[in-house]
This record gives sequence, structure tokens and C-alpha cells, in this order.
Amino acid sequence: MLNALQQLGRTALGFFERLGRGHILFYYLLLGIPSVLVRPRLLLQQLFSVGVLSLLIILVSGFFVGMVLGLQGYNTLVDFGAEESLGTVVALTLVRELGPVVTALLFAGRAGSALTAEIGLMKATEQLSGMEMMAVDPIKRVMAPRFLAGFISMPLLAAIFSAVGVIGGYFVGVGLLGVDEGAYWSQMQAKVDLHDDIYNGVIKSLVFGVVVTWIAIFEGNDAVPTSEGVSRATTRTVVHSSLAVLGLDFILTALMFGDN
Amino acid sequence: MSQHDASPLVEIRGLRFARGNRLIFDGIDLDIPRGKITAIMGPSGTGKTTLLKLIGGQLRPLEGTIRVDGEEVPRLSRVQLYELRKRMGFLFQSGALLTDLDVYENVAFPLREHTNLPEPMLRDLVLMKLQAVGLRGARHLMPSELSGGMARRVALARAIALDPMMMMYDEPFTGQDPISMGVLVKLIRTLNDALGLSSIVVSHDVGETVAISDYIYLLSGGKVVGQGTPDELGRSDSAWAQQFLRGLPDGPVPFHYSADDYAEDLLLGTEAGRG
Repeated sequence: MLNALQQLGRTALGFFERLGRGHILFYYLLLGIPSVLVRPRLLLQQLFSVGVLSLLIILVSGFFVGMVLGLQGYNTLVDFGAEESLGTVVALTLVRELGPVVTALLFAGRAGSALTAEIGLMKATEQLSGMEMMAVDPIKRVMAPRFLAGFISMPLLAAIFSAVGVIGGYFVGVGLLGVDEGAYWSQMQAKVDLHDDIYNGVIKSLVFGVVVTWIAIFEGNDAVPTSEGVSRATTRTVVHSSLAVLGLDFILTALMFGDN
Repeated sequence: MSQHDASPLVEIRGLRFARGNRLIFDGIDLDIPRGKITAIMGPSGTGKTTLLKLIGGQLRPLEGTIRVDGEEVPRLSRVQLYELRKRMGFLFQSGALLTDLDVYENVAFPLREHTNLPEPMLRDLVLMKLQAVGLRGARHLMPSELSGGMARRVALARAIALDPMMMMYDEPFTGQDPISMGVLVKLIRTLNDALGLSSIVVSHDVGETVAISDYIYLLSGGKVVGQGTPDELGRSDSAWAQQFLRGLPDGPVPFHYSADDYAEDLLLGTEAGRG
């Protein structure tokens, strides 16, 4: 009994300790951002590896998700003779929910895991320690550029995901199932609101960008410096950031669309 | 120059440090003189590398003072510590080269981070440092293409890029073939004398370390168990020093990890087998 209590206490303490370390790191990441802005080359490199290299998976997934939405939406709407609204359904689903969320999940798997593994290995091979001994702050030099790159990339990737998805829905709905082309676009134009839908989607993906990149960098920096430790940290990044994205999505949706 | 200053470059008094429940240093006093090569030796696991990290401010002691060039390292703010580190060179056992940069960029890294030198001047400096370690021709190689010895020499060139006042070597000879060992031994001595450095070499390779050091501290069990010039230590009648320097398998450091009585232990098994 006592042992179980002890174990529980230890686990809880360990959890809060990690949470604390995570927030301290977050604070230093924010402090490190100005030094990234004066060295745009560092940021550009990271935008490439975090953002551009994630583009392919985002494009392909976005297209398929859009096609599925077109198909499912059509099958449901056609029963009510409302297939003209397909454009609205596809666009709202993507812009409000699937765009930011699926992009964030894919981003966690593609870029988040890579960030954790990279930083974890840099720690394991003493590269971070080496930088510190050369009086170079690894948070400013290595982590802050990656953090900012994640923050910038996520909304852009989500926007691309949604745009490609809309085209996928068009391809299936208009191209294959015969929905009227004019109705597809004009209904979408009429029903999708810049403030309520697009801005809220962008806010979501900005939040997800911060959270996923932060978790990835923290796990890398906090990894036990062995190959097993890095592999565990990489797994944790994907699991924790996916859960965080889904949880936060519910909270954000409730806040944004709850009163309608 | 500060070399003529008689005060020691590094002054450690009453240092205590623990990892978890294990006490690693239990009251250590050390002086690292200027312009000399000082070796810190002892068996694996005595915390030699930890000592370097304490001097470099990467770890904080439980008690005691660590002064480097008159500055109390554990009390320095982050900014002051980073200023001090610009004057310290540290050679990691692994080399700790940045794997995404080639040899040239690795050596240029501290210069790019801390100075605003025009590119031609930076190139000259990098090539001079690489020439000093004999690897000017390897400047386009990536760290993964280097042998262990070469990686360590590149790391050495990088460590002296900012012309530090002191160099700390963490196990520089471990895992090196005889030739690269010889090269490193020569480099440490020549760089120390040519650049007017003060060097601290942490090692358990007795032959090489004794050959280049001016003064040696022997550490064991969290204490300084012997010190002196290589000659003095060689003549010392301390059983511990003799065991370590000659590599005897048994002595004050026992061959056996502490355990219960051997015969009793074996009998326990026999009894259990019968029961």
C-alpha cells in the first residue's frame, strides 16, 4: 500500500517536474525568437526542412481527404436533394476542422518526430553541450529557429491542405458525380465566412503549430541521451502532440463555435 | 599578458559534488597553474569529466569554490558565464562536431557566432587553425567521413578558433591508434607552448599523460590521493599512486567489487540446491 502511494507520488512529481521544465524551455524559446529574426538564414533553413519537406504528404493527404468528403457528402446530401450544397460542406469541414487538425497530426508525424530525433541525437552526441562550451546558446541557435519555423509553417500547410481538399472534393463531386459546377463554387463563396470560418481555422493551426513544435523540441531536449532514450522521446512526441492537438481542438471549437 | 601572473588560473577549494545519492567529490582542493599542462588522472568513474564540466560551469557544485581567472564560476550569471567560456576551449571525448556542417564550417562556427569578421579574414583564420592540426586538406570533408583521430583534431582546431586562454581535454587519447595518439600528444604540447595556453588534460592513459604533463593530480574516491610532477609521483611511496601509474591489477583499488565472503556465497548455492 505504502509502496503504491510512494510510486504514485513519484510519478506525479516526475510529471510536474517535466511540465515545469517544459514551460521553462517554452519561456526561453520565446526569448530566443528575436535572435532568430536577425539571422533569417537560420530560419529559412528550418522553414525548408520543417515546412517545405512536409509539403508532399500534406498535398497528397489533402487531396484524398477532399475526395472522401466529396463522396460522403454527396451520398448524404443527395437524399435530401441538397447536393448543390456540397461545396459548402466540403469547404466548411476542411477550413474549420480537418484542415488544421489533420495537418497538425501529419505534421507531428512528419516534422515533429524528425525534430525530436534530431535534437535528441544532437544531445546524445554532445553537440548541444559542445555549443554551450563554445558559449553558443543551443536554445537560441538550434531550437528557437525550429520553433519559429513550426509556428510559421503550420497555418500555411493547413491552408494548402484545405485548398487541395476543396479541389479534391470538386474533382469527385463535380467531375465524377455531376454536381453543378457553378453551385459548388457559389454556395461555397456565399456560406464560408472570412471571420467565423477562415480566421478561426487559422487561429487553430497557429495554436497547433506552437504546441506540436514545442512538444517536439522539448522531448528532444529532454531525451535520455541514448539510442533507446531518443527512440522513446520520438514516440512520445507523436503520441503527446497528437493527443494535445485533438484535445485542444475540442476546446478551441467549443470556444469559437460553441454559441452558435 | 596574464601568463606572468603568479596566481593559479583555476583554483578549486573544498569542492563537493554529488550525483543523486552518490558523492563524487568530497572536498577537493586543486590549483591549475598558468602556462602549464596539468593532468588530472584517476580510474574510470572517479568524476574526471565531471570536474571539467564543473570548471566550465555546466554543472554546479554542492559546496566549495571554483575560480577561473579570478571569477567564481558557479556564481556567474548566464551572460558572464558565456563570456568566460569564450576564453575556454573544451575538447570533448567524442569531438562533438556538428554533423550537418563540414570540417571548414565546424571550425568557422565559433568565429561566425561570436565575431563579425569579413569572409576572407575568417577563411584565413580557419585555414590557420586547420593547418595547425594538419588537416587543412580535409576542409571539405563531413564529420562522418573522418576517422576518430581526425575528428578529434578538427574539434581541437575548433576549440582554439577563438584563441582561448585555457584548453580542457577530456580523455584525448582514449580509443586512438598509436599514430593518432602520438599526433595528439604532440599537438597538446605544441599548442600549449606556442599559443601560451594553460591546459588541463583529464585522462587515464598513464604513459601519454605522464609524458606531456608538468604536474599531475591523482583522484580516487572523491579525493585527491596524490599530486606532484611526473618524477615526484614516480618516486612516491604511496601505494595508490604506484598501483595506478604501473597498472597493477590489485592494491588499494581492489580487483574484486565488494561482495560477501566467496566460500559462504558458494555454499549458499549448494544448500539451496539440496533444499
